[in-house]
Amino acid sequence: METLLAWGHFLAGITWIGILYYFNFIQVPFLKAVTPETKAEAFKHLVPNALWWFRWGALFTWLFGAALLMNQHRLGSAFLLQGPDAVIGMGAWLGTIMLVNVWGIIWPNQKKVLGLKEATADEKAKAGRMALLASRTNTMLSIPMLFFMASSGHASGLF
Amino acid sequence: MGNPLDTISGTITAGFVLTVILYVLVKALV
Repeated sequence: METLLAWGHFLAGITWIGILYYFNFIQVPFLKAVTPETKAEAFKHLVPNALWWFRWGALFTWLFGAALLMNQHRLGSAFLLQGPDAVIGMGAWLGTIMLVNVWGIIWPNQKKVLGLKEATADEKAKAGRMALLASRTNTMLSIPMLFFMASSGHASGLF
Repeated sequence: MGNPLDTISGTITAGFVLTVILYVLVKALV
């Protein structure tokens, strides 16, 4: 059970963070460089697909991670940052903030940008800005998040 | 100076700085 939950957590996590880095390091510079026609095509046929894997990857990463901690009977002590579980707890909190950013800020704003939700040109520009900043924030948070996730299993000597 | 999160290098730098700050914080906790 432990292995299956960890496997699911990694699989979903790679999907999520992989697409997050794709958005920040590849797609954003690409969309800045291309013509409006190409951008419209990408908004129609590329971005919605990427966002689908991105947001469901985020949710399943969190669910598998929470189930894993529950299976180890340390979900509470992790989130309460008690004793040695504070290390994985920091990772869990950062991951939780990132999940809320995905579903609470990035996705609702992207829906306006992509035209899945009615919005004026001004609202679209504002939504694009919000989504970009939340996405950049998640990229920044992913660095310490991965540090705490990795160090809880492989670098306990650091703490 | 604009928002450091507008640049990729600024985002990564902020991430590393945050890692060090949080590491010291958690080190004090554990």
